[in-house]
Amino acid sequence: MDVETYGWLILLFPLAGSVFIGLLSQVAPWKLLGWLGTLAIAGSFASALGALFALQKLGEEERQVVAMAYDYAKTVGVDAEVSLLLDPLSIFMSVTITGVSTLIHLYSVAYMASDRGYARFFAYLNFFVFSMLLLILAGNFVLLIVGWAFVGAASYLLISFWYRRRTATSAGIKAFVINVVGDIGLVLGTYFIFKGTGTLDFLKTFERVDEVFEVNDPNLVAGCLLLLVGAFAKSAQIPFHTWLADAMEGPTPVSALIHAATMVTAGVYLIARMHPLFEQAPTAADVGAIGGCLTLLIAATIALVVTDLKRVIAYSTMSQIGYMVMAVSSAAYSAGIFHFMTHAFFKALLFMAAGSVIGAMAGAQDLDRMGGFRKAMPFTYGCMIIGGLALAGFPPFSGFFSKDEILAVIGAREDWHVVLMLLGYVGSFLTALYTFRMIFRAFHNEPVPEAVELSEGHLHHPDVPRNPVTGEEEDTDVGFPGPEHHIAEHEWPMKVAMGTLAIGAIAGGALQIPEVTHILHDFLEPTFAESRYYKELEPASGEIFLGLGAGALVSIAGIALAFLLYVKRRDRPARIRAKVAPLHRLFVNKWYFDEIIDTLIVRPFAFFGRFGRDTFERVVVNGLLVGGVSGLARAGSSAVRAIQTGFLRAYAALLLAGVAVIALYFLISAS
Amino acid sequence: MSTGWFVMVSAIVFCIGASGVLVRRNPLVILLCIELMLNAANLALVAFARAHGNHDGQIFAIIVMVVAACEVAIGLGIIVALYRRRLPIDVDELRELQG
Repeated sequence: MDVETYGWLILLFPLAGSVFIGLLSQVAPWKLLGWLGTLAIAGSFASALGALFALQKLGEEERQVVAMAYDYAKTVGVDAEVSLLLDPLSIFMSVTITGVSTLIHLYSVAYMASDRGYARFFAYLNFFVFSMLLLILAGNFVLLIVGWAFVGAASYLLISFWYRRRTATSAGIKAFVINVVGDIGLVLGTYFIFKGTGTLDFLKTFERVDEVFEVNDPNLVAGCLLLLVGAFAKSAQIPFHTWLADAMEGPTPVSALIHAATMVTAGVYLIARMHPLFEQAPTAADVGAIGGCLTLLIAATIALVVTDLKRVIAYSTMSQIGYMVMAVSSAAYSAGIFHFMTHAFFKALLFMAAGSVIGAMAGAQDLDRMGGFRKAMPFTYGCMIIGGLALAGFPPFSGFFSKDEILAVIGAREDWHVVLMLLGYVGSFLTALYTFRMIFRAFHNEPVPEAVELSEGHLHHPDVPRNPVTGEEEDTDVGFPGPEHHIAEHEWPMKVAMGTLAIGAIAGGALQIPEVTHILHDFLEPTFAESRYYKELEPASGEIFLGLGAGALVSIAGIALAFLLYVKRRDRPARIRAKVAPLHRLFVNKWYFDEIIDTLIVRPFAFFGRFGRDTFERVVVNGLLVGGVSGLARAGSSAVRAIQTGFLRAYAALLLAGVAVIALYFLISAS
Repeated sequence: MSTGWFVMVSAIVFCIGASGVLVRRNPLVILLCIELMLNAANLALVAFARAHGNHDGQIFAIIVMVVAACEVAIGLGIIVALYRRRLPIDVDELRELQG
């Protein structure tokens, strides 16, 4: 089979899976549906691999295949086609996404087993994978926007999956609204670019962009900034990041798949895909790089103080995506995509391990209540350590190579980007610190009652299920996490999924070891063949090893500090907190972003909405327009009704008078 | 004789008919008065036909007669129906169609 067939198959499997699971949810045994979903994604993964090999058989110049199904609309200069762009970038993303998705589906088969929305969960999850792949494989702006919006919708469905929880539904709405802001940015950005180039097709756009736009052409910069709005909203970058932490209300596999490994990297993909535009509009690219850098620092500081296990990982995700956005905006494309891959491995692994711990805690997520799970959950602990070391950039785990490659390539830009590189090392230190703060607090020190219970061979279950965030008693109908909890130690599918990802997190770095292998860089080259920086931006080997050394040092320092603070001297954190109370308050309140957005945007809009409903609607629309017209008709009809007396002779008189008037008129006008 | 006399007679008859329609309350008489008005019109039509020297007016008069016959048939039918249902034979009493 050729690349195009494989490309369509990648999309077909998850779509078919979603439809079938949805249709069969009432008839088929529910266990089967989970496996069906997993199988569909595995089929998609196999197709993605097939596409990868088929692509490699082509010559290097031909590795940008456009697979067109049909013209959706070809009118007034708009060329909307249903076409896929299959090139190394999109295929690589597809392989990673489908691979990680398969494992997360496998994990979910066991993890969600007692949930009564089991079939619904897999239907949504398959639909999400389909949307994400559509986004990645789209060959033109229209299809990209479709995929982009689908992904937002799937994310909404999955965040509010436990719809009996008020917190979950409001988190879903928040995520959806912010994502729609991003969608609008993407659509408007597309408009600006389309206005100049006159085509929606990616490859044609990239060909024409250099002729149509000058460097830093205002139209192009505006378009790219609007694309960045889309990318930042989807990738949870400042100031559009507030939805991601709340999105942790969704089930843990959802957090692992959507809010760590795949969906939130869509922004990174968008910037990498649009690199010819961003290279022609360096101002916009700089904004992206600075935005990513700010996010990685701010998110890391919040992750230092958050006490919710999943939210720590969520802020860490924001921070890591900050690295990727910074990388692709600074033309470190292959490094950014490399970090995307390693991040998908280790962050999905961390979330899965967190899910296992949450299972052992019977749904509770607060780090303050955890501790000492090391003995009770050796497998989860091992996975957490592997994921944590990879995240912290400890050599030779995968994150070590990818993060240092980003920083080295950004450093090779040699202008003000060097500042970004240095800040990246600061972020790296914070990463190591907060990662191991989380791990030490959850797994070390004295075991909590739940851990003791587990090491005696019994999984803790509360008498009354409660919402872990608000403490409210839960409504145990459909749309509530089931009464059973599952941990990796007891469930083989969870073990297999986590084990595979752990291997990826350890060895994924082998794709790109500086001075040894550059598999990914070479593989991606056809996509970035026209790039101004791709081949030129090579850090000198001395700098590389300096960077690697610095990265390793910073990471070890962070881990050591975390060990000191959270294992050896556990009275210290409280004392430090007291000493820098204002700073701590700032971090705990997440830099007041929610409050700022609430004051600047939400309240004025809510006020405006209330004004519209209470004043405008009631007075102008209901009173003046609707009331005015109906009142006029009523008054007119009551005037005419008075004539209809029912007296035959009165009618006759009127008739006669009318005829007389007409006759008189003609008589007078004739003379 | 000049056409004026005929038209004069026609106008007088028409006015008698019209005033009858307006004044009388018995539907049967009202029908009679309408018949008077129609015949006044016929008289005028025939007079003008004679004055112009062609037959158009006469043909029109015959058509009016046909219409009048139809009208009388319907009107009498209504009156018989009123009588059968023992409703008052008085147009002022029959005013259920008021707005």
